[in-house]
Amino acid sequence: MSRPFVQLQNVNKSYWRDSLEIPVLNDVNLDLPEGEFVALMGPSGSGKTTLLNLIAGIDRPSSGNVIVRGQNVSRLSEGDLARWRSDNIGFVFQFYNLMPVLTAYENVELPLLLTKLSRSERRRQVETALSIVGLADRMKHYPNQLSGGQEQRVAIARAVVTDPVLILADEPTGDLDKVSAQEVMDLLSRLNHEFNKTIIMVTHDPRAAEKAHTQRHLDKGVLNSHESPQAG
Amino acid sequence: MKVLKLVSKNTTRHLLRTLLTILGLAIAVMAFAIIRTSVDAWYAGAEASSPNRLVVTNNISLVFTLPLAYREKIAKVDGVTGLSWAHWFGGTYVDPKNFFAQFAVDHNTYLDLYPEYLIPPQQLATFLSERNAVIVGRQLADRFGWSLGDPITLTGTIYPGQWEFVIRGIYTGAEETTDESQWFMRFDYLDERMRAEMPPRAGQVGSFIVQIADPSRAAQMSATIDSLFVNSLAETKTQTEESFQLSFVAMASSIVTGLRIVSIMVIGIILLVLANTMAMTARERVSEYALMKTLGFRPIHILGLIFGESLFIAGVGGVLGIGLAFPVKWLLETNVGGFFPVFTIEAITLMLGIVASLAVGLVAAVFPALKAVKTPIVDGLRIIE
Ligand SMILES: Nc1ncnc2c1ncn2[C@@H]1O[C@H](COP(=O)(O)OP(=O)(O)OP(=O)(O)O)[C@@H](O)[C@H]1O
Ligand SMILES: [Mg+2]
Repeated sequence: MSRPFVQLQNVNKSYWRDSLEIPVLNDVNLDLPEGEFVALMGPSGSGKTTLLNLIAGIDRPSSGNVIVRGQNVSRLSEGDLARWRSDNIGFVFQFYNLMPVLTAYENVELPLLLTKLSRSERRRQVETALSIVGLADRMKHYPNQLSGGQEQRVAIARAVVTDPVLILADEPTGDLDKVSAQEVMDLLSRLNHEFNKTIIMVTHDPRAAEKAHTQRHLDKGVLNSHESPQAG
Repeated sequence: MKVLKLVSKNTTRHLLRTLLTILGLAIAVMAFAIIRTSVDAWYAGAEASSPNRLVVTNNISLVFTLPLAYREKIAKVDGVTGLSWAHWFGGTYVDPKNFFAQFAVDHNTYLDLYPEYLIPPQQLATFLSERNAVIVGRQLADRFGWSLGDPITLTGTIYPGQWEFVIRGIYTGAEETTDESQWFMRFDYLDERMRAEMPPRAGQVGSFIVQIADPSRAAQMSATIDSLFVNSLAETKTQTEESFQLSFVAMASSIVTGLRIVSIMVIGIILLVLANTMAMTARERVSEYALMKTLGFRPIHILGLIFGESLFIAGVGGVLGIGLAFPVKWLLETNVGGFFPVFTIEAITLMLGIVASLAVGLVAAVFPALKAVKTPIVDGLRIIE
């Protein structure tokens, strides 16, 4: 573990509303080793989602560098960035963001459509991903035929089906009841232990955060340098 | 492309909305086709006209007649290779609503000048030998269910009384544009009865048809013919058959122009209908497009989704509209068939209908597609449902 897996160097991010600058992230530095499971906490509006989006390569920093596995993400062109995301990142959202017109199977298959895999190879991978999340029997169900917890597990299957190195989860249990939240957290832990996925998870839920190795706190765009026992 | 499956799933997502949009498009394309066909029908007479025929009518107006005696002088004009005459009869068959064109023609010469009316030789022979014989067009015969040998009675409006006829011939058109809805009776049958009952009305014809060998001399020959009758009681107006036919169109030119404008407006309406549907669609799917982009789908895929859906709806609507045009045309034809003798949906109309709907499909997708591609992922993801 010579080189950090995820590295943020002096990252600043501002949004502009008309001519008004809204600073969101302020000189954020971060070094994460491979296989880490971090819970990112902090009050609403502190910039957690923004930080996650920068690491995921769906947004660009105003200044500074986002480096994942030695690749300076902020330097990639739009097209290369899209390819980079599909190769390296699995994203899990608070509201699952499944395509309502696609079945669970088809939702999980979606990212594989961008690969060169054959139909049968895709089938094998989708089935594997769905069995990891325990939904092999729900492949033909549409999102509106699933519970929230099941939907989120489908979304996690979609995030892992391409076998990404990094999983980014933005409040994955934020919209779930206790039991479903527990299931989702167990699943993420398993992905971290068993499959050695590096996971960065934003959460407001202290119980969820306990599952992570480390907790980091973001406050008004500033990342606290050390992990804190307190939860936001 | 694998995205195609998503296009079809998206299309059936709001099935009712999609179906209503398709139906709207179909009705508009159908209207477009019917309107264009009506416009074509106005010009059908002019299109079917021969450059080898001149029409001589009374200079004042079509409703005034010319003395039959003029034929001697006209026939002597240099370059004239054939001469006949026709007269508007204007009778009604059973019900005044059953309108169709009836001409009393010179049986010996008229049909020689119109090779596009195809008549079996025996039928023509009977027409030449029986005074009350008539030859009718195939379309007219079908309209009233007439067949050879049927006795027909017309009630005269211009020439009062009951007029008895027997169907002795049915002609078909040599060309698609040939008018198959006419009725040709013998001029001598009309003229002899006039001589007996109302002598002043005998010996008058509505028009002479002059066959010329050289169409390039049409203008000069027309002038020559008209000069023969200058300062006589009935001055003549000679013109090519085409300009004679176009003078009818000119009488209705504002209607035709109106129809043309409406047909373009119809296309505009389809555009609004589809653009509205596509805009609604795009608005609902902002977060889905953002998700797809997050997964690594590129603008080309998103464009494929949006244009694919728009073109699919437009294409189905267009084809359905063209399909609807035929039964509607048939309905119109059987109800107002006499008004437009030639009422056919031309291939170019079908093509224009399809091309217009596809163009509409493209245009309707442009703004939603641009918007979907340009919206930053993070903005798209912030919108939930
Ligand atoms: N696309 C954007 N345009 C303008 N302002 C934005 C945008 N995204 C985020 N912001 C602003 O940046 C700040 C941080 O937002 P962010 O979503 O990162 O917070 P968060 O920590 O994830 O909050 P929450 O816990 O509520 O999800 C907020 O003030 C928000 O209004
Ligand atoms: Mg957030």
